[in-house]
Amino acid sequence: MTINIGTVIPVTPTMPGDVVTEAPKPRRSLGTLPVSLVTIAVIIAAWSLASAYGLVSPLFLPSPLIVLKAIYSVAVNGFVDSTLAEHTLASLLRIFAALAVALIIGIPAGLAIGTSRIGKGILDPIVEFLRPLPPLAYLPLIIIWIGIGEASKITVIALAMLPPVILSTAAGVKSAPADFINAARSFGATRLQILLQVILPSTIPSILTGTRIALGAGWSTLVAAELVAASRGLGFMIQSAAQFLVTDIVIAGIIVIAAIAFLFEILARLLERWFVPWAAHR
Amino acid sequence: MSILSLQSVSLAFPADRNISRTRLVLDGITLHLASDEFIVVIGRSGSGKTSLLNLAAGFLKPTSGRVSVDGTDITGPAADRAVVFQDDALYPWLNARDNVAFPLKLKGVAKGERRLSADDLLAKVGLENAGAKNIWELSGGMRQRVGIARALASQPRFLLLDEPLGALDALTRTRLQQFLLKVWSDSKTGALLITHSIEEAMLLATRVIVLAPNPGRIIADIPASFGRQLLGGKSLQDIRDSPEYRRLHDGLNGLIHADSEEEAA
Repeated sequence: MTINIGTVIPVTPTMPGDVVTEAPKPRRSLGTLPVSLVTIAVIIAAWSLASAYGLVSPLFLPSPLIVLKAIYSVAVNGFVDSTLAEHTLASLLRIFAALAVALIIGIPAGLAIGTSRIGKGILDPIVEFLRPLPPLAYLPLIIIWIGIGEASKITVIALAMLPPVILSTAAGVKSAPADFINAARSFGATRLQILLQVILPSTIPSILTGTRIALGAGWSTLVAAELVAASRGLGFMIQSAAQFLVTDIVIAGIIVIAAIAFLFEILARLLERWFVPWAAHR
Repeated sequence: MSILSLQSVSLAFPADRNISRTRLVLDGITLHLASDEFIVVIGRSGSGKTSLLNLAAGFLKPTSGRVSVDGTDITGPAADRAVVFQDDALYPWLNARDNVAFPLKLKGVAKGERRLSADDLLAKVGLENAGAKNIWELSGGMRQRVGIARALASQPRFLLLDEPLGALDALTRTRLQQFLLKVWSDSKTGALLITHSIEEAMLLATRVIVLAPNPGRIIADIPASFGRQLLGGKSLQDIRDSPEYRRLHDGLNGLIHADSEEEAA
């Protein structure tokens, strides 16, 4: 290949190789969605048939229609002094208060584990102690320590959320490219500037993943925490309904919890797309 | 007057997991870079050329010998030596302009002022319209130019270029070599570039340094003037056709691959 380029080319905005690559669109294949929809339809159909033909006593399994009516009734008339909205709000407030605590403590802790040998030495045993513990195991202790009010519930949920936040943050630090840090060093960045302006931003995708996992852990802990001495909340609603064998409300509560968890997941993915659009391009 | 000096620098890494045994990566390197020089270090893989650059940048400390900038021993990386990386190392959460302005932000330059400087530098590298673009929207060649603009933003005494064009296609690479020459001659900084391309070394360098592997050591230090000829208006084809170009090309080729046959045997 011989190209007579002549003299030094003036630098113009239109050099070859300047083709602006279109951001590749995320593959939007329907994938498993149709199959999943069929699965859901089959389950609901089987459930309807089972109740319609009286295969299972309504006491154990009320029909889908009755459950829908229960959801409506709880939404409008309430159950045990609170409407569905109030129960849901009480639960959401606990979840988000706990998430705030978990992020405020967990992100700095994760950064410390990821960036400092001493930080890792101090925090690793604590995280590894906490991580495998079922929150129900330490719930009674927390209640002995700080009572049965909101504080103990938020503490337990936050403790369940902490390990995923810490570990994801630390993993994010480890995956920050060495060149990113070296580049900043060669521009004279201080350690603090590197931490806040290079490591932290490159860790955000991991932190968001950790948040998603934490929300999952938080939900399961929430229901458990509300079983003990709460007067409002979705977990409390299910527990009270179960004590009176109001099975339709128990199932209604389960469906609402599942629906909210699903919405969380979608919200988390949207946040990812808004906050870290670059994560898809690494 | 040299701005960067390496005085009998050696570098050893621990061999395997056995800390007490070490492997010599660079042996007795002495090298001086003057402020108007463009030094290109060339060598096969394993010749320690990237380690040499990392020593000059301050990312690595020499096992023995001295690395100094303007006569003062260096203690680590600093803003007087800006590095351009092979994988551009641009921050994807910043757009092109903010990437270029990043070194200024570290220095505490006010926002308006650093935007102006960044736009200036982007214009200098021919990307005046790309300031608001996301990094992943730019081609490899454009990204390297943003990386070079970013390095210039920190107003370094000299540039350290770690195979910055290694990942580009041949045509873009040729264009960027000439672009790099122009940036170097305009900005009046010294430059130290690492490459494994003989062509690239010859076109860019005012001096070509050849490293031999195991351990890395300087086996040749050859002045070259093809870059200045190119800047002076001579065509690339004429330069490539000249006998002195061919002679140096053959000479470098022989030096670099001198011992590769016996190694293979």
